[in-house]
Amino acid sequence: MRELAERALNVAQLRGASYADVRVVRRERQEIAVKNGQVGQLVLDEDQGFGVRVIVDGAWGFASSSLTTAAEAERVAAQAVAIARASALVKGEGVQLGPPEAHVASYHTAVSKDPFAVALEDKLALLLAADEAMRRVRGVRVSEANLAFLRETKLLVSTEGARVEQVLVESGAGLEATAVGDGELQKRSYPNSFGRHQGTAGYEFVEALDLVGHAQATAEEAVALLSAPTCPSGVMTLIIGGSQLALQVHESCGHPTELDRVFGSEASYAGTSFLTPEKLGTFRYGSPLVNLTADATLPGGLGTFGFDDEGVPAQRAPLVREGIFVGYLTSRETAARLGQRSNGTMRADGWNRMPIIRMTNINLEPGMWALRDLIADTDEGLFIDTNKSWSIDDKRLNFQFGTEVAYEIKNGRLGRLFKNATYTGITPQFWGSCDAICGPAEWRIWGTPNCGKGQPSQVAHVGHGTAPARFRNVQVGVMR
Amino acid sequence: MFGEKELRRVADQVLAASTADETEVLILAEDDQLTRFANSIIHQNVAERDASVRVRAVVGKRTGVASTNDLSPRSLQAAAARALETARLQPANPDLLPMAEPAAITRVAAYSEATAACTPEARARGAAAICRLAQEAGLSAAGAFSTGEREVVVANSHGLFAYHAGTVADLNTVIMGNDSSGYASQTDLDVARIDAEAAGREAVGKALRSRQPRELAPGVYPVLLEAYAVEEMLDYVAHLGFGALAVQEGRSFMAGRFGQQIVDPRISIWDDGLDPAGLPMPFDFEGVPKRRVDIIRGGVAAGVVYDRQTAAKEGREPTGHGLPAPNTRGPMPGNLFMAAGTATREEMLRALGRGLYVTRFHYVNPVHPLKAVLTGMTRDGTFLIENGEIAAPVKNLRFTQGVLEALSQVVAVGAHTVLGRGWFGGTRAPDLALGEFRFSGATQF
Repeated sequence: MRELAERALNVAQLRGASYADVRVVRRERQEIAVKNGQVGQLVLDEDQGFGVRVIVDGAWGFASSSLTTAAEAERVAAQAVAIARASALVKGEGVQLGPPEAHVASYHTAVSKDPFAVALEDKLALLLAADEAMRRVRGVRVSEANLAFLRETKLLVSTEGARVEQVLVESGAGLEATAVGDGELQKRSYPNSFGRHQGTAGYEFVEALDLVGHAQATAEEAVALLSAPTCPSGVMTLIIGGSQLALQVHESCGHPTELDRVFGSEASYAGTSFLTPEKLGTFRYGSPLVNLTADATLPGGLGTFGFDDEGVPAQRAPLVREGIFVGYLTSRETAARLGQRSNGTMRADGWNRMPIIRMTNINLEPGMWALRDLIADTDEGLFIDTNKSWSIDDKRLNFQFGTEVAYEIKNGRLGRLFKNATYTGITPQFWGSCDAICGPAEWRIWGTPNCGKGQPSQVAHVGHGTAPARFRNVQVGVMR
Repeated sequence: MFGEKELRRVADQVLAASTADETEVLILAEDDQLTRFANSIIHQNVAERDASVRVRAVVGKRTGVASTNDLSPRSLQAAAARALETARLQPANPDLLPMAEPAAITRVAAYSEATAACTPEARARGAAAICRLAQEAGLSAAGAFSTGEREVVVANSHGLFAYHAGTVADLNTVIMGNDSSGYASQTDLDVARIDAEAAGREAVGKALRSRQPRELAPGVYPVLLEAYAVEEMLDYVAHLGFGALAVQEGRSFMAGRFGQQIVDPRISIWDDGLDPAGLPMPFDFEGVPKRRVDIIRGGVAAGVVYDRQTAAKEGREPTGHGLPAPNTRGPMPGNLFMAAGTATREEMLRALGRGLYVTRFHYVNPVHPLKAVLTGMTRDGTFLIENGEIAAPVKNLRFTQGVLEALSQVVAVGAHTVLGRGWFGGTRAPDLALGEFRFSGATQF
């Protein structure tokens, strides 16, 4: 693969590229899903290819192919150059990448137990056992359990001298129980909704989740939701659980701090951002308790790696410090426009995509509270968790989220279970109302394996470290 | 482009290599290019060539799947062996059906030489035309212009072989001012029918007209939804409820309501994979020929789409809407149409008198799937309608609305339709004027 990459690099240079990089990527994927006692899906997928990214006449070109031959490397490199020349027909001041990044290094996700070495029979047995435990609960209409494993092996070479090899390993798992009745459909998931929870880790990640041990309670809560009263509406105090807060961070902090969005690159699709550059360093994003950080170096996080796909080392960078907006997620090109150096967030969804700015692990730094004490400190409100519905505008201001569960808080104690909870708000007002965050003991990095962005579409695997936190005066309930 | 002959050779190699009781090969080959522009310059310009082979092996009542995009004989043999090995590990599924038998497939004209041959220079010229129009108006252009060709093969050890080649060209643009934006989009299998100048003029006009938007309180308003918004809404409700598995599992708003009037009689929705007004695809991922399926006919819940598994459960014929088997999602419509009416946009505005004009939605998601309640934002051209005319731009609003309720309040159905990229194919929808639409929140722009 090194030879193919070097050949493509040479051809790109010979054809006139002032900068070129080549990524060769191989992915092995296992996805196993059990539904209602049957194996619904068992896919073993292998995928490989390479992508050539070039700058010619100050404009970008990118071409890619799954055919890994020398002749194809030459064709694709030439195609990338030709595409860049076409881009130059409608260009601005020309791409500037800032200082060169010429790291020669390798990185491998630390795993205790190679997930691809664990027998498929064992994985199936685990899912079938969890599924059966859910189906034993009367009233469950659909039970689903799934596992996913990914090994991505990638090589980056560039004309600046970067030579970076990485092997990233991910493991993920999840349960979902659905109950249907009386015009209602209620789902309960474990440990997170929309499929699964995932991290850069080995099979030990799955074992630690104890799917079978949580199956019954998950199913029972789905059934209980059917007969639960509808969540009341009003302006309330919310304690938001870690997994829901992870999505809140994702949508209202992660995306708006992507500097390509800020500069308009996503304007026609995902949108732009309210966090425009003049706000950097001065804008009050949240209360003084709110510290948000991008950290690609955290062991186990789904957004953890050694180097981004421009060969920039993984970093920890502040985004919001004591409530003030202080930083963006950047690439080489966008950082240079602000006179900064990239903080290493350019990632591509495989060999056939050009890297774009993606979240790494975007974390709400922990506070001091224990959840039990926080609930006890709350006279009246709701504890909500696990996302069920999400939507936010194209500048990332007006959001509306629904959660699987809401528990009444009255006089410092958890009370009744409510169904169909939703809450809505405006990002800086919402984060400004945060008056308590739980501590490290309840802080966890949640994995989001389905972050969509870009055209052509790219799905990124990102992480969010959160602990439960309290927010005052939140509008709850919008549904008729 | 590999061509039918070459992909048949690949499929035959896999079938010959497999020792399973039954073997199915699904090949998806694509050659796609996309030119992306923002701030009135091209900032991404990409090309991709890929072909993946998915092998499904069945031993007794056990099934396993493996896939690869390495088409070398060694890799194809290995994929066949992996699929078989996986199948052997699984518990038997008593409901597993034999693979599909060969059936006559109607050829549909879905391939445009012009689209397949489209160059980066041609796409750049399209982008340039839009950027020029924006700059002339003191605005900024963003968007994407893509062209691509796709080949699909389904073959199995029962002798089934189905091949389809299609192209698609897609241009969308958002034109932005300091406090305004406008949108336009065109999709067609033939790039020659994509008119970048027209798209640019449409979006620029909208961006100019939406300057200095005023605030409007959330509430229930009559609406004129442009076809872009209707298409997106339709894609979401189709995903939630137009598949047989969702009905069988009680997850669909259609469950228990067949034969009942569920929306206004002027609403008819169907799926037709053979209609060239969409993005045709004559068979599904199990190789079953697609049939037209009436989903809502004259406002009455008429049917849903089936794959082989869900059809067998009800003792009926599949409609050709299977996703790659096995899967947990069930069948999905891929070529949706909502019936157009006869009203012009001006007539629709007059019929409403007062209300909101919505160009498109953003970030739509279900709030209550069983009631088909969706939420999302308006975007890129939202206006107040007064006295039967567009009176003023307004800041964007969030809606939270049951779609069946909205479609029960039809004031007029437009003659104008647009084709959009749906979840699994194309969706063609008209403008709609609706008597009530609930806006639950507002934003600051």
